[in-house]
Amino acid sequence: MEDYLVRMENIYKSFPGGVQANRGITLEVRPGEIHCLLGENGAGKTVLMSILYGLYKPDSGTIYYKGKKLDIHSTKDAIANRIGMVHQHFMLVPTLTVAENVVLGQYPAWKVINDMDKVHERIRAMSDEFGLDVDPAKIVQDLSVGEQQRVEILKALYHGADLLILDEPTAVLTPQESEHLLKFLRDLANRGLTIIFITHKLEEVMQVSDRVTVLRDGKVVGTVNTSDTNPRELARMMVGREVLMELKKAQTEPGKVIFLVRNLRVKDARGLEVVRGVSFEVREREVLGIAGVSGNGQTELALALAGLIEGEFDEMRLDGQLITKRDLQRLHRLGMAHIPEDRQKMGLILPFSVAENFVLKTYRDEPFARRGFLRFDAIRDYTRSQVSKFSIRVGDIEEEIAHLSGGNQQKVVVARELDRQPRFLLVNQPTRGIDIGATEFVRQQILAERDAGAAILLISADLEEIFALSDRILVMFEGRFMGEVPPDPALIEQVGLMMAGKTVQVSD
Amino acid sequence: MDWAALRARLGKQLRSVWTPLIAIPISLLIGAGILLLSGYDPIAAYQAMWQGAFKDRIAVTEVLVKATPLIFIGAGLAVAFRCSIWNIGAEGQFYVGAVMATVVGIYLGSLPGYILMPLVLIVGMIGGAFWGMLAAFLKNRFGASEVVTTIMLNYIAIYVTGYLVTGPMIETKGLFAQTPKISESAWLPRFLPPTRLHIGFILAIIFCIVLYILIFKTSVGFAIRAVGFNPDAARYASINVRSNILLAMAISGGAAGLGGAVEVAGISYRLYQLISPGYGFDGIAVSLLVGNNPLGVIFSGILFGALRSGAEVMQLSAKVPSVLVFAIQGLVILSVVATGAYRAVVREKEE
Repeated sequence: MEDYLVRMENIYKSFPGGVQANRGITLEVRPGEIHCLLGENGAGKTVLMSILYGLYKPDSGTIYYKGKKLDIHSTKDAIANRIGMVHQHFMLVPTLTVAENVVLGQYPAWKVINDMDKVHERIRAMSDEFGLDVDPAKIVQDLSVGEQQRVEILKALYHGADLLILDEPTAVLTPQESEHLLKFLRDLANRGLTIIFITHKLEEVMQVSDRVTVLRDGKVVGTVNTSDTNPRELARMMVGREVLMELKKAQTEPGKVIFLVRNLRVKDARGLEVVRGVSFEVREREVLGIAGVSGNGQTELALALAGLIEGEFDEMRLDGQLITKRDLQRLHRLGMAHIPEDRQKMGLILPFSVAENFVLKTYRDEPFARRGFLRFDAIRDYTRSQVSKFSIRVGDIEEEIAHLSGGNQQKVVVARELDRQPRFLLVNQPTRGIDIGATEFVRQQILAERDAGAAILLISADLEEIFALSDRILVMFEGRFMGEVPPDPALIEQVGLMMAGKTVQVSD
Repeated sequence: MDWAALRARLGKQLRSVWTPLIAIPISLLIGAGILLLSGYDPIAAYQAMWQGAFKDRIAVTEVLVKATPLIFIGAGLAVAFRCSIWNIGAEGQFYVGAVMATVVGIYLGSLPGYILMPLVLIVGMIGGAFWGMLAAFLKNRFGASEVVTTIMLNYIAIYVTGYLVTGPMIETKGLFAQTPKISESAWLPRFLPPTRLHIGFILAIIFCIVLYILIFKTSVGFAIRAVGFNPDAARYASINVRSNILLAMAISGGAAGLGGAVEVAGISYRLYQLISPGYGFDGIAVSLLVGNNPLGVIFSGILFGALRSGAEVMQLSAKVPSVLVFAIQGLVILSVVATGAYRAVVREKEE
């Protein structure tokens, strides 16, 4: 019998509506190891860990912790048992200080806190000890995302965590920050802490973990020692079939300029200039990638190009035609398609049916409407043909699109936009938060569109995606372009540095 | 035919019927408690209420007469609410419609009936539509909340009406603050004498069907619903958000205005200060009760008509003071809304 810190035995959890998130999962984690929980979105990783952290109650199954049966009803029980969790979306109060966030909920509401100095002191000591660089007096909303994450980790350590669960911690970080975090976690494990690391990124698994458990469809596919496996095998376990690790990108010769903009400036909702004079052009049969950490003006750049917010510019042309004012319908007529950053807030109308979402831009045109009346037969026929053409998993095309998985929702957006055979395709974060199968599919569609002659602008915070799809790469930082690089994998580190605002000479 | 889909749809419809079926008994129960505490016999009171609504043919047709303005208003509000515009101004739009109808019915009274009758209704509708579009304009142009502006526009419409019926339009002989009767050729025919049931009720049902088709079967309705659910996505799909808000308010106001014109031409034949006892506000509940479905409004409108009719009789024969009657009516609306909200929360938890 081996020695385990945690043993979750036969965990079942389903949600009303029939989603079976965990179907008999057994997970064993050894003390002092970094254990990766690998799986696609919807595989049940987060649900399983939320059960361990007391957020959900399992339908059945037992948890053993430190050799004893563990009954956990709330996060308070978890913290009392020295289990800490850093969620994907941080659980910090933005207007409070770091120290206040750390002790939040630890005192009864009526007690006057008179030992904050001691709290500050202890945080400072821990920050030094672990090299976290956290200032207890700072207000959380003034911190960068990376710093906030370190506060979350420190919070768990402050409460004496023996087991630390991290849910996709690198999703919000630059490559350098990720690198730093992984090293730090290794350091923690060496001090005896046990870490469960949720991810769907294979490189991270290989880099950081001792062992890895792969989940698929709420079941365990297997647990392996990281040193005994390789990314290809893990990917196969994760998706259940061979995955194209590298997309086949045909050599193409870019043609004439389809889209160009000179000196574009855009203000955000608060009136701050977040796009500060950028110029570029995209040619036919070309993917121009824009890399950058989220929040450096990419959102506003895309919205301004798509005609959804105002921007100032010296010149903008689409297919040779001068664009002078914001006119969405004209952009559509000239052949612009737009896959927006946030499919749920902009790309789709969630309470609408799948069929209604398919005709969101064409509902008033023949054959979907005649003399102002919707023609439901035509809409349904079209939807059915698109659903099977793009192999979108849908129960009933009349059901609300909100019920579809993220990957299938995104496929609907992609199918709708590409069906118009665009001249210029504007794509923003096309695969964020969707599973590997759908990611692969969406990327292939983008490349197919390029080969068919479209000019494509791809904005993505996912460097791997940028390198896999682009013919040229521009790196965006604080509203400006830091420079252009070719998609040579050897340059990925330089791009990472440019994303962090460092000027780098790229030798061709 | 896809049976599973059909069953799912029927189930959905049935569930929305449950809301009032649960809510109304609950509110009547609470109401009984209030009646008991105030020293009245709740059984006698509710008996009177039931009798008031369903005793005989006259009672039943009176329910339909009371339901008619509620159905017009509720159907229009369903369109506004589908567009996520919180039109609290149906009361004012109803008044403007009634004023316009009266003006036409009196001053153009020499026109033959086949011209005057439709003209009275159309002008009333235009008046209400204009009043609704004012709020939409303020929202589109200055970002003013329609909740605030429509409430303010209510006051303007009601007080202008008060001025007209006490001043410029007051009847020549008589002591009351009311206008003279409109020309008899504008009166809507009553088809079940001696009851007061008039063709306005039929018009209301046709109107509901038209709005149902507009909202669910046409591209105009598609755009209105898209704007209501997600204006960002609508803008992204190059749907003009502002013009759809304007249109939805025009329809909503027009419906209330038409309701006002029908009330004048079908029942009162004249304008007076309190021509609406709060139809515009009850209309909100009428629409919400059936999930803003114009067809459902026919039934919820009749239900609220029955409550109103029954409450009047309860007041008269069981001697329950009117404030308590209002309290029970308020309880019904409150519990209907609360049940609806509870269901929404449960559904959200499930997901």
